[in-house]
Amino acid sequence: MKDSHSVAPASGTDVTSLTSGAQQSSVELVSGNEAVALAAFDAGVSLGTGYPGTPSTEILEAFDGLGGRAQWAPNEKVALEVALGVSLAGARSIVTMKHVGLNVAADPLFTAAYLELPGALVVVSADDPGMASSQNEQDNRRYAVAAGVAMLEPSDSQEAYEFTLRAIEIAERWRKPLMLRMTTRICHSKTVLRRGGALSIPSPRAADFARNIPARVMIPAYARSAHKRLRAALAQIAVWNETADVNRIVDGSPAMGIITSGISYQHVREAAPEARVLKLGMTYPLPFELIRRFASTVERALVIEEGDPYLAEAVRAAGIPVDGKTEMFRLGELNVSRVRRILAGDVSPEPELPPGKPPALCAGCGHRSVFSGLRNLNCIVSGDIGCYTLAVLPPFEAVDSCVCMGASIGVGLGLRHALPPEQAKRVVSVIGDSTFFHSGITGLLEMAYNPPPTGHVVLVLDNGTTAMTGFQEHPGTGRTLDHSATAKASIEGLARAVGVQNVHVVDPTLDPATFERLLKECLDKPELTVIVARRDCLLAARNIREYERMNAQCN
Amino acid sequence: MRSVTNIVIAGLGGQGVLTASDIVADVALHAGLDVKKSELHGMSQRGGSVASDVRFGREVFSPMVPAGEADFLVAVEPDQVSVNAAVLSPSGIIVEPSQFRADKLRSKKSLNVALLGALSRHLEFSEEAWIAAIKRRLPEKLVEVNLEAFALGRGH
Repeated sequence: MKDSHSVAPASGTDVTSLTSGAQQSSVELVSGNEAVALAAFDAGVSLGTGYPGTPSTEILEAFDGLGGRAQWAPNEKVALEVALGVSLAGARSIVTMKHVGLNVAADPLFTAAYLELPGALVVVSADDPGMASSQNEQDNRRYAVAAGVAMLEPSDSQEAYEFTLRAIEIAERWRKPLMLRMTTRICHSKTVLRRGGALSIPSPRAADFARNIPARVMIPAYARSAHKRLRAALAQIAVWNETADVNRIVDGSPAMGIITSGISYQHVREAAPEARVLKLGMTYPLPFELIRRFASTVERALVIEEGDPYLAEAVRAAGIPVDGKTEMFRLGELNVSRVRRILAGDVSPEPELPPGKPPALCAGCGHRSVFSGLRNLNCIVSGDIGCYTLAVLPPFEAVDSCVCMGASIGVGLGLRHALPPEQAKRVVSVIGDSTFFHSGITGLLEMAYNPPPTGHVVLVLDNGTTAMTGFQEHPGTGRTLDHSATAKASIEGLARAVGVQNVHVVDPTLDPATFERLLKECLDKPELTVIVARRDCLLAARNIREYERMNAQCN
Repeated sequence: MRSVTNIVIAGLGGQGVLTASDIVADVALHAGLDVKKSELHGMSQRGGSVASDVRFGREVFSPMVPAGEADFLVAVEPDQVSVNAAVLSPSGIIVEPSQFRADKLRSKKSLNVALLGALSRHLEFSEEAWIAAIKRRLPEKLVEVNLEAFALGRGH
């Protein structure tokens, strides 16, 4: 079995032991996501927030299931801001998102790093190398460097648990946000978790506002010294990291020394059981002296990492000669076979696996007829992120672009502005309900503010849930994360409020011909139109009815 | 015997692949072994291919079964055998519905558990251990029909 780390209590503070009652050295098989939720719960995290995104979604659902206070925010930026407020109040917060979600939340992140935060702020970035369910495979370790946020990378569920506790501890010691960088296989693989035992963490403080204007108001005069303090804190964390037990060395033959982190560590141990391994737990700021000493004890030092050559570049830049992988292994996930290839310097073409059955727009989906209509009218479809992206596949092939959350509207407007009128008139933006609330509203404002000469048509496919990620609630469902009743935002109301001339609400299942006629009419006039096609997701409809019945009883 | 046993369970979304791999992992965990289980979520409810890897032994590192190293490929959907063939070791065993009277199942939905019955004949865990895991992992109202399915697959 693997070594277990202990989380050392900070000196001179109250300490919450995690060995209470039923948790006494319990052994469970849990996913990395569940492990993060368990740690957040055990550490007394006051609020968890985020936006659903594979592979991060289950963290907040599990935190809610444990009795933690968990919320879905309209998008990741808002989520990070809410979490930041919690931390400014002195309480502990965790904010979860998939890798591309951090792009949305990057604005608050970069300046949150300048602030002095009395309560822990842990930012979970769940990256998706190999793109199991994403539009790109960006490597968010780069964000830690760019924003100046210290980063921990667990390599299994045990570490996901322990590093979450550690992140809280380090965040509060240096009063800075911490990033917990997960990847798909860490989030979703189930591995053994031993909870309790020697683990402990300082007790959370009670929330209490203490004014500290220069440390929290980032006008240039205050931000200049705040930036200096951030760099000083990072320098201290780097020194701490040189001897911290989040990093460890697995002894082995001095012929080969492998520097690795995260899931790659597991593949390395299997592919090269004889090698000496430096496993890094905190990968920003890096412990360069530890790495230098390690490299000097081996004949050949090699960095094995998934995604970008982040570690290899940083280590080389520090003047430590190491080998890295070739460019072909930057793409996709690593696994044991690929690590063996890297070790052997094998750059021959990799075998292509037979394709499985691809996912498809559900056979009974009420929104299928919309795509038939778009196709019949030869529309140019500016698409968005959600299950309706699956309409790009046969038989519809009715999506012409898909970039990021909310892009359908802006990209559609750009196409309308630039294309000759006979083509511009066929451009339609197609967006789902959860995506609309996430980042479609500002696109709608742009449409009303800078309308193209041919007008524009935005089609909001409202299936009453965030379907693709597993049926999460959003501001338009009128229910919170735990499905209890709350305010319900109206898509058509928002469209009217920003000044869209024509707003229609239709049920796409009633009559495909009528829908197609309406769409054609709207395309033919140089006006602004929003059509809300409303029909609950087939897979979620039963649960939605049940939630509504229960909420009606509560009132 | 190799120190780690590798099992891949394959099928389509909605066929209970993940439930089956949860049960296998549970049996191994309760036998005191190190266990890892991995699969890709996200698209499975849209009817696409789903494969789940379960690995157990004294110490398991990677959660993913390396190509050519699966000891067992359990195919809930027979046409997923070819899709996953590359994962099977040369001495690996395919477990599929044609190996028992799947037509005698009371509910087609318990085919996944019937296949575990067939798999269980190749593994060293006791029948009681499997029954206990099925009871732990499934809702009470589904236990009886699935225990029957398990017995059918195991060959009672």
